[in-house]
Amino acid sequence: MIIKVNARFCKGCNICVAFCPKQVLALDSMGKVCVVDESACIGCGQCELRCPDFAIRINKEEKA
Amino acid sequence: MRDYETFFRTNRLPHIWCPGCGHGIAMKAIAKAIAKLDLDQDKTVIVSGIGCSSRASGYMDFDTLHTAHGRALPFATGIKLANPELNVIVITGDGDCMAIGGNHFIHAARRNIDLTVILFNNNIYGMTGGQASPLTPVEKKATTAPYGTFDRPFNPCEVAKTAGATYIARGTAFHAAPLVDLIAQGIQNKGFSFIETLVQCPTSYGRRNKMGSAAAMLKDMSETVIPLAAYNRLSTEERNEKLPSGVLHTDVFPEYAAEYAKIIKQAGGDKA
Amino acid sequence: MSEARLMQGNEACAEGAVAAGVRFFGGYPITPSTEIAEYMAVNLPKVGGNFIQMEDEIAGIGVILGASLAGKKALTATSGPGFSLKQELIGYAAIAEIPAVIVNVQRMGPSTGQPTSPAQADIMQARWGTHGDHPMIALSPWTVRESFDVAVKAVNYSERFRTPVIILLDEVVGHLRERVELPSAHEIEIYPRRMPNTTKAQGYKAYTPMEDLVPNPANFGTGYRIHCTGLVHDETGFPSGSPKVTEQTIHRLHEKIMRVQDEITHYDEFFMDDAEIAVVAFGGTARTAYAAVEAARHAGQKVGMVRMMTIWPFAENVMRNLAKRVKGILVPEMNYGQYVYEVERAAAAQARVVSLPKYDAEVFTPDEIKQAIEKLAAEVAK
Ligand SMILES: Cc1ncc(C[n+]2csc(CCOP(=O)(O)OP(=O)(O)O)c2C)c(N)n1
Ligand code: SF4
Repeated sequence: MIIKVNARFCKGCNICVAFCPKQVLALDSMGKVCVVDESACIGCGQCELRCPDFAIRINKEEKA
Repeated sequence: MRDYETFFRTNRLPHIWCPGCGHGIAMKAIAKAIAKLDLDQDKTVIVSGIGCSSRASGYMDFDTLHTAHGRALPFATGIKLANPELNVIVITGDGDCMAIGGNHFIHAARRNIDLTVILFNNNIYGMTGGQASPLTPVEKKATTAPYGTFDRPFNPCEVAKTAGATYIARGTAFHAAPLVDLIAQGIQNKGFSFIETLVQCPTSYGRRNKMGSAAAMLKDMSETVIPLAAYNRLSTEERNEKLPSGVLHTDVFPEYAAEYAKIIKQAGGDKA
Repeated sequence: MSEARLMQGNEACAEGAVAAGVRFFGGYPITPSTEIAEYMAVNLPKVGGNFIQMEDEIAGIGVILGASLAGKKALTATSGPGFSLKQELIGYAAIAEIPAVIVNVQRMGPSTGQPTSPAQADIMQARWGTHGDHPMIALSPWTVRESFDVAVKAVNYSERFRTPVIILLDEVVGHLRERVELPSAHEIEIYPRRMPNTTKAQGYKAYTPMEDLVPNPANFGTGYRIHCTGLVHDETGFPSGSPKVTEQTIHRLHEKIMRVQDEITHYDEFFMDDAEIAVVAFGGTARTAYAAVEAARHAGQKVGMVRMMTIWPFAENVMRNLAKRVKGILVPEMNYGQYVYEVERAAAAQARVVSLPKYDAEVFTPDEIKQAIEKLAAEVAK
């Protein structure tokens, strides 16, 4: 797993989904972020950078 | 480098802020700046006033002080003078800092006391449900400006400059990566540092002004806030629509706590 | 004892505060309190302390609360209008349990009033000026020498109970010059800053009350990483919305002081052995009252005097017992009538309680009080 989501912290604001350049993320039926296509992740960290809820982390080392 | 998350009081999370609120992004940038500078966690104090933004202090794992509305700066001044070895960082809102706390703001800047003030500017009174602040742009709507405000807003960076701050920068929640550096440089400046950070309040500001989702508000920032060098190339008319970002001003001036230490020495109190 | 010196009440108050360990002063100039700030500006740096002139009185109390949290004993001084401005943060100090001393050299109000004229009209404001239920300790000296002692007590009580303590000076005592002998340093008892008695590893919580109901929040910068807020908070120091925590907190804030009320109630009695009339007075008025009582005694009146140093918490027991001992109680005060209502309540109709107000911006003359004593004596003799 290189994308770590903390569903308890996520408030479903959709910022990460909107800024992901590769459509890796989406909101699930509960309105929380979920990873729909992890293989497409380029590890740019745009989601983590602007997540206001500290609910998403990208582990670049694991990707490398 | 320490992971920024280790500076959070994780047991206090999730925070109280609304979905999409920019305060969390700005708070994260502060934690990253502290990690980057490797500040001593036990010698760093976070002081805030009252407002949604000022709740940030409670989520950060330092000695933290949530004061009264507008009064963060006098408290912070007392902490810094009483123990100059502490790094004192102030988190404040646009109402907290520029309305009720405006007098303290200009005087703390005038003294050039070594505080780093990060203004979470969401252009509105968030906590109390969307009243106009001294930073609400003209024509924007608020519960107390239902026909659009006509009060002229402050430019807080210009106020800080006139008052004597020795480090002034502007960043945004959209430009969250460079924001970390702007804050870190402010902490490093031995004097009064001011970092205006534009953040989105989708609930009390965005909705009433039909600005769309939190993401849409962030995208707006990416267009209106541009690097200082690019801003300087614009014509006067073009500048009306834009705001410069980055380090806007630096100056060198004696720092208040250090100057007072000299007074103590002169009076013989260093041997007391 | 040091050698005798001629000094002012304000100066003695400032000197007492420094002797008790105050090392931080923040304030804004206002007559008739400015001498305290000026004393601090000269003398604090000599002992390694800080003086700062702030932009207003709100900042004056804010800065000392910050300094106190960072470990310095701290004091601010002001008068009427400035005292009004400080009220919100006095409440902050009460709920966040931050030691701090606020000197109010009372002058005539409301508003700018008679700026250089004496008054004692902030008695109720000292008790209830900040909003919400809160405890209050307020002390009022009647001599220059006692201004020193009261300052020492105020600093000690603020540290011991971790609560704001108000010194109610008045223009009379503040500007009075008397020859005084002050105690030397080793004669002064100092209550040290409370420190955590457990480590973080042992489960330290900043706001856990000790046996005396007072918590030991750590000074900032000592590694405990505490949170301090004006919101209702539980033992951890973090906000709590719980009705139970709220009720317990408000109760404890009062109880930590009221459980030792007798110990902190300071007063003197004069000529009370056979007294049928008692004059209850404090501050500058007590000086005139004493002269009036002495004169009335000479004229054959069975009159005594109770001089209060502790104004708040109200000396409930003292006044209840007093009402059982005498037939009449006269309460002269330089206001429209404030303290007298508390006395009347405590007396519970056991004695006749009479107000002698004074609000013409002048001090009482002994004769005014003596005449009132005689009038009351005649009334209760009927
Ligand atoms: C003395 C005082 N006046 C008013 C308030 C009510 N109040 C609480 S927060 C706030 C405004 C907060 O706005 P801002 O500083 O912009 O912060 P935000 O909530 O937008 O982050 C107001 C008016 C108060 N708590 N204290
Ligand atoms: S009201 Fe606005 S500022 Fe307050 S938490 Fe909600 S989005 Fe953030």
